[in-house]
Amino acid sequence: MIRVAIDAKYFNGKPVLGQVHFNIAAGETVALVGPSGIGKTTILRIVAGIDTDFQGQVQRPDALAMVFQEPTLLPWRSALDNLLLVHPELDRTKAAAALVRVGLGGRESAFPGQLSLGQRRRLSLARAFAGHPELLIMDEPFVSLDAETAAEMINLTEALIAETGLATLFVTHSAAEAQQLADRVLRLQGMPAQLPA
Amino acid sequence: MTGTRFRNKGQFTTPLSIAALGLVWMIAAALTADPQILPGPFQLIAPMRQELASGELLYHLGSTLRRVFWAFVLAMTFGLILGLVMGRFPRVDRWLDPWLVIFLNLPALVLIVLCYLWIGLTETAAILAVTLNKIPNVATVVREGARALDPELDAMARVYRLPAWVRLRHVVLPQLAPFVAAAARSGVAVIWKIVLVVEFLGRSSGVGFQIHLYFQLFDVTMVLVYALSFIGVMLLVEWVLLQPWERRVRRWRNA
Repeated sequence: MIRVAIDAKYFNGKPVLGQVHFNIAAGETVALVGPSGIGKTTILRIVAGIDTDFQGQVQRPDALAMVFQEPTLLPWRSALDNLLLVHPELDRTKAAAALVRVGLGGRESAFPGQLSLGQRRRLSLARAFAGHPELLIMDEPFVSLDAETAAEMINLTEALIAETGLATLFVTHSAAEAQQLADRVLRLQGMPAQLPA
Repeated sequence: MTGTRFRNKGQFTTPLSIAALGLVWMIAAALTADPQILPGPFQLIAPMRQELASGELLYHLGSTLRRVFWAFVLAMTFGLILGLVMGRFPRVDRWLDPWLVIFLNLPALVLIVLCYLWIGLTETAAILAVTLNKIPNVATVVREGARALDPELDAMARVYRLPAWVRLRHVVLPQLAPFVAAAARSGVAVIWKIVLVVEFLGRSSGVGFQIHLYFQLFDVTMVLVYALSFIGVMLLVEWVLLQPWERRVRRWRNA
């Protein structure tokens, strides 16, 4: 069980988050929605442990993975090395299989700069799932993709989540994405942002 | 076709440019008409052969190259660490920035003289003086690189709990590579010039020492023989070591 109990978060003395309390059960997928700039990404960064400057507590597993808004890959490393450097416990065969699973078979030696945005997002997804995390955090993972690629990526993500049974928290602006992937939708509102009781 | 033609033209630019410089030198030598003031390029061949045959040239080139190597390694190492720390930690930067500005503006000659006065006319003093001269430049360039590090890659490294060494080697240093390469190339160029001054003032070997010797004898030919020999060595270092290394660390950009 992932327990998030954020009481307050300030940026330069200005409150941006109020009470944001929620839990995520194992195997549950939760979508976080709300207007732009309300603090959705801030919540993800707090849950991921990237931002530790807040009031409250977060109980998270050690094994977590994050898919960032941008693919956030190492551009000087090949697709395969991007997996192996982050997950040194994987052997090359397993890492190559992880690439095949996201549709990047045969692109092991390609540098991220040689991949399309959709392929880079697939690689980012492969990196997230390759470590068998208990919690997956995704920050608008399908943004900037054309409709067809976005639909393929959503289906792939849905399948991977179903295969691994991990807990997932993701941010989206798309009601369709939330509806397809999420078991539950949390809607942020107000200033500072809060979850309605 | 046009691109190939332009590329082929570009290949001849460097040798043609060097040949033009040689021509200017030959004309100047002819106009001066006094080999004791300015010998022509071909007049250096015989004395250079003589110095090579006697072993003097290689001995002094070796001494200078050894000092350049150690000063370069030390300046790059400490400059890299200092620049990285200052670029990553604003509080440290605020404390050390005034020091950096002072050392950047301290004339090389002052540091050399002080090192010789405090430590003595030793090899340690010579290498330390050159190193101290170069560290602030390396630190300044690397600090800019450290300030420009991608915070999202940092976040990725934290989320996936990459060990500190992996983070440094595979996330931080590749981002700093262009800055390190720039510092290294300008470093080599500046360091060997300072090494020559250090040798000129207080060593009994090296190209700088030989230039000092032939300066006292007013032998312009031998001054040019030693200076040009070392320029040749440094060009070799640039073409054989630095440029291939730079191409290697940048190959992913051209992939």
